[in-house]
Amino acid sequence: MSLRSPLRRVTGLGSAKSGAAHWYAQRVTAAALVLLGLWFVVSLATLGGASHALVVAWLSSPLASALAVLLVLTSAYHALLGLQVVIEDYVADKNTRTGMLLAVKFALVVAAVIGVLAVLRIALGVAA
Amino acid sequence: MAQRARPLSPFLHYRWQYTNTLSILHRITGVLLSLGFFLLVYWLAAAAAGPERYQVARDTLGSPLAKLVLFGAVFSFCYHLLNGVRHLFFDFGRGFELKTARTSGWAVAIGALILGLALWFAIGAGLGGAA
Repeated sequence: MSLRSPLRRVTGLGSAKSGAAHWYAQRVTAAALVLLGLWFVVSLATLGGASHALVVAWLSSPLASALAVLLVLTSAYHALLGLQVVIEDYVADKNTRTGMLLAVKFALVVAAVIGVLAVLRIALGVAA
Repeated sequence: MAQRARPLSPFLHYRWQYTNTLSILHRITGVLLSLGFFLLVYWLAAAAAGPERYQVARDTLGSPLAKLVLFGAVFSFCYHLLNGVRHLFFDFGRGFELKTARTSGWAVAIGALILGLALWFAIGAGLGGAA
């Protein structure tokens, strides 16, 4: 007994069986970003200046660098999931949609890697 | 294969209520924050590239146009944060009563304005006036 209509079965379209995981990951990253986001803005407000020395000193501490890496990765993933939904909702043309999804995902993954490496370079003292 | 008429999205046939605006604002601020993420990465990469490159980024991010963008990012952050928590309550099935949803909606909108202004000045002070 299936809830799908005969026509739906014939056309072979239907759930990709991965929607729940996407929905759940969006919420889990949201909860994490509440904490990471608040940590980040409070850190900025209490940094005492925007000089290179201060920023490097801040990101050199083990806790700050760990949280900064988590912030970059979690934001990128949360943005990826969110932008995917927005694009899927509003871009009707299939080729344009696929192209935009690929472009957004590539850009976010590249930015996330750059962001993580930047924090690691500072944390490990490789930065100039 | 002939395309059948697809069902219409709710926004095409529901009466407008201000909670609709709150919902679409969540998406808009989310997209803006995604762009803000690239600014964050730019700032981190500049810090890792050394003092000279960092100074260039600092000047760039301190320009009037960039400050306007950062101002928008701060308000987007506050709104998306508060409304995001509101939506997490929705996900647990809480706060769906019309009165509660409307009250929490107003609280989020006003809270985002207050928190956004406070945060803008706090960060501005924390970073020595040069955002």
